[in-house]
Amino acid sequence: MMQPLPTRRAFVAGSLLVTVLPFVSAGATPDAMTAAIRDVVGEAQIRPGRVTLDIPPLVENGNAVPVTIRVESPMTEADHVRAIHVFNEKNPQPHVFNAWLGPRNGKAVVATRIKLADAQKVVAVAETSRGEFWSASADVIVTIAACTEDVK
Amino acid sequence: MANVLINAPKTVRKGETIELKALILHPMETGFRPGANGQLIPRNIIEQFTATWNGVEIFRMKMSPAVAANPYVSFFAVAKESGTIRFQWTGDRNFSAEGSVMVTVT
Repeated sequence: MMQPLPTRRAFVAGSLLVTVLPFVSAGATPDAMTAAIRDVVGEAQIRPGRVTLDIPPLVENGNAVPVTIRVESPMTEADHVRAIHVFNEKNPQPHVFNAWLGPRNGKAVVATRIKLADAQKVVAVAETSRGEFWSASADVIVTIAACTEDVK
Repeated sequence: MANVLINAPKTVRKGETIELKALILHPMETGFRPGANGQLIPRNIIEQFTATWNGVEIFRMKMSPAVAANPYVSFFAVAKESGTIRFQWTGDRNFSAEGSVMVTVT
């Protein structure tokens, strides 16, 4: 069958799509974050719980946001947290950090400071020695974003 | 030389879980920020942080540009035997730094 000629409306819609797409694909998106999580986790099921993501709900300066991740675990040879992975939604890249732990740590607690480019969701995923994945997420509102300001 | 700050208890009881804190001076330049001339400042970050207790790895972390400048990391470890806890940082531009503390286990 002959392809019908594109109508003016379709043409306008198409050109809009082309101009908008590059902006959408720049930086991490919730989809990019999901993809990054899947890269680490694979096909395994991620269950909410056991992980506490301690991060202030409202931060003034996105350049250094304190974050503490605690995972409930006996941290024994048989049952311990093997890794903690942290992701974000709207920074230029979805990946924040991975930390590898073992029974030698005694407590599955990691604290650091991170950058947040915008108000967004932060997700922590814990991987146990039994191959389970537990997660927690938190929404953070950022008033001064990281990454965007000029260097003085 | 990189400036490193490490915090750990000097003496601990055997079997006790202690907190170890490490901080290093580093810009953690993301590579996404434009400089004064409008061009992006090249990326310069620490990628890897490891801690060993008498040579045995007890903690490892892979960082991305989203870790804040002057990376601070805190984690825990069970004190098994006296010895040296060594912290190592490596990253872009062949960056490499280390620091260590002695811990006496009683």
